[in-house]
Amino acid sequence: MKHGRLRFLTGALAPALVLHVVFVLSPYGQAFYLSLTDWTGVAGEAHFVGAGNYARLGGDSLFLDAVRNNAVMLVCVPLVTIALGLFLASMLHLGGRSGRSGIRGAGAYQIVYFFPQLLSLVVVAVLWQFVYNPTNGLLNGALRAIGLGGLARSWLGDPQLALPAVMAVLVWSSVGFYMVLFSAAIDGIPKELFEAALLDGAGGWATFRKVTLPLVRDTVQVAFVYLGIAALDGFAVVQVMTVGPGGPDGATEVIGLSLYRNAFTYGKFGYASAMGVALFFATLTLAVLALRSGRKERLELA
Amino acid sequence: MNPSPLVQPYPNRRTVLCAAVAAGATLPLLSACVTGGKDDTPAAAAGAKSAANPLGVKEDAALEVVIFKGGYGDDYAKKAEGLYTQKYPKATVDHKGIQKVGEALQPRFVANTPPDVVDNTGAGRLDLATLVGAKQLSNLTDLLEAPSFDDPAVKVKDTLLPGVVEDGTFDGAPLVLNFTYTAWGIWYSKPLFASKGWTYPKTWDEMLALCATIKAAGIAPWTYQGKYPEYINDPLLSMAAKTGGTDLLKAVDNLQPNAWKSDAFKAAAEAFAELAGKGYIMAGSEALSHTESQAAWCQGKAAFIPCGSWLEAEQKDVAPKGFDMVMGAVPPRTGSDKLGAAAVQAASSESFIVPAKAKNAAGGMEYLRILFSKQSARSFAESAGTLPAVAGATDGLTLSSGLGSTRDAVTAAGKDAFTFRFRTWYAPLAKAVDDATGELVNKRATPAEWADRIQKAADALAKDSSVKKYTR
Repeated sequence: MKHGRLRFLTGALAPALVLHVVFVLSPYGQAFYLSLTDWTGVAGEAHFVGAGNYARLGGDSLFLDAVRNNAVMLVCVPLVTIALGLFLASMLHLGGRSGRSGIRGAGAYQIVYFFPQLLSLVVVAVLWQFVYNPTNGLLNGALRAIGLGGLARSWLGDPQLALPAVMAVLVWSSVGFYMVLFSAAIDGIPKELFEAALLDGAGGWATFRKVTLPLVRDTVQVAFVYLGIAALDGFAVVQVMTVGPGGPDGATEVIGLSLYRNAFTYGKFGYASAMGVALFFATLTLAVLALRSGRKERLELA
Repeated sequence: MNPSPLVQPYPNRRTVLCAAVAAGATLPLLSACVTGGKDDTPAAAAGAKSAANPLGVKEDAALEVVIFKGGYGDDYAKKAEGLYTQKYPKATVDHKGIQKVGEALQPRFVANTPPDVVDNTGAGRLDLATLVGAKQLSNLTDLLEAPSFDDPAVKVKDTLLPGVVEDGTFDGAPLVLNFTYTAWGIWYSKPLFASKGWTYPKTWDEMLALCATIKAAGIAPWTYQGKYPEYINDPLLSMAAKTGGTDLLKAVDNLQPNAWKSDAFKAAAEAFAELAGKGYIMAGSEALSHTESQAAWCQGKAAFIPCGSWLEAEQKDVAPKGFDMVMGAVPPRTGSDKLGAAAVQAASSESFIVPAKAKNAAGGMEYLRILFSKQSARSFAESAGTLPAVAGATDGLTLSSGLGSTRDAVTAAGKDAFTFRFRTWYAPLAKAVDDATGELVNKRATPAEWADRIQKAADALAKDSSVKKYTR
């Protein structure tokens, strides 16, 4: 009986496992091997060059720009997105007058905030490129319309503003999804806890800090990992939207873009694979660190 | 394994080890890919050579043609295929008109089963220098030395415009044949200039004076495709090349020390720094894409825009009726330039290649011999509105204003048509030059800093032993 079950399980799992190995794990394995070669991407042969590609990364000023920009994004994008997402989610649930219910029309807001998630990132980037257009873009137009023309800028053309402009797009496009995620987490908190807090005289901020936040901590942690991975990427938005792309002068370069350019424009697939492997370890480290940091203090409900 | 009641969201030692073992187990699978690296060249189809069949095409061998289907469409290529099957009725021609040439063909080059002739063009093309370095291209000497399709007394190479053979030559071997001929210059609307009484400047000083007049008239003198700074590079590099002549071109392309710090580059960089410094470039240009800036120019918001000769075709649906754009050569800055005042940057593009491992390489070359005949080049010029690389292909045709001005500019330049090769040879250097020029025309880099940073990139490239070097 037990034996037959094992066979059935093996039979059911094997096809998926084989597909996973062939289409997911084997490309990873190949990338690791190719990062040690000088493969050009157009020939059937590649020469082994050892760690040469990795040594080169340290002296590639554009790659270092990319690492710096990704690091900035890694700090800013998850923090701002999670803060905004939490704020919006708690407003929808507890922002009402009584402090016990959400503000009016919470459901409609929830749907509207979720809209950007339905658009492909490329479409989002194209739209925002129009918004940022210095001469007839929506942003500068709005600033001029309300008499703040002095604040109008060449958002994507200015090295100081280009990266924040890109990050704003990333935040805008993801905040709706995290708001819905946090909403679901807050829904899972027993109503009695909020009522108890209210009876004890806790205000909105205290309730949020002492009740809501500790109880959605796990969700926030997962959100941080997802957003961190998204911030380490950023390729699509940068490639579509920015000057250069990746500019002006490397101001919005990201690792993914450097990788893409080296592989598909310069024909250095070996070197690009080395970048990919480096990015892989950075992402892995981030995920492990983020998920380990909070695992000991898990709160139990009920 | 004991089933664990807790779902662990983080990888532990065990899962990491499992993944490592699984990755190890897949290694044998990889032998089918690059890691296998078997070099099994199939025997190429060949027939007997004769006066009518100078390349020795096997008349029943199938031919596979891959064409970049971009702004020029692919009808011109199909026409040439029609001529091919007329000559070789037993051959079947497989035509593929696609956009992402690189994506489609990269795996086929890796697997040693490339098509017989490829138009390697468009944003997703394969890097030519990489293909050359990987020995993936056939030597086209036989084709260039063969009698031309129209006139057996004239060789194919003698039917081409100046520089076309050189553009496709790597280390002395002709490996690429470009079908179109592009000239770069500064564009303006003829009727606009006529109505305002402006004339195209003959010197850079006149340009600056005219810019002051234009600015006073409430129009921005210049705009450029700021999102892609290479567009504003072209007039800058052209100006330097006109001053420094062939020596400068060679010094730059051969990565000679201090080539970018020569007086000619210094003067050209200063000229464009001055253009920006005096506010002659439309505000906001630095963040506009090519479509946005070119549209602004067509709407009369700016008077000049730098571009290659494809501009007219690209603006076909945007330019108002009677806009009649024309291209002028970059005005010389000094009176002692080594090249004439009419010199223009001109180069062939739309790169046709015959892969080295093509099954029917002779057929691929024969196809090119037909495509580069006057008949097909002429019909291409008519439908695409672009100069083909074949000399005299547009003779007797009535050309639009932009195409006519391009042809006149190329004719006026004559032997003074010049081109830089580093863009094809060393793509990373091109990127460094683009970035530096973007900074220069936005007043974030001085001409000296501009020269310094490009020279640094060129020196680093010269020292990099992993990059194949070319000389001209």
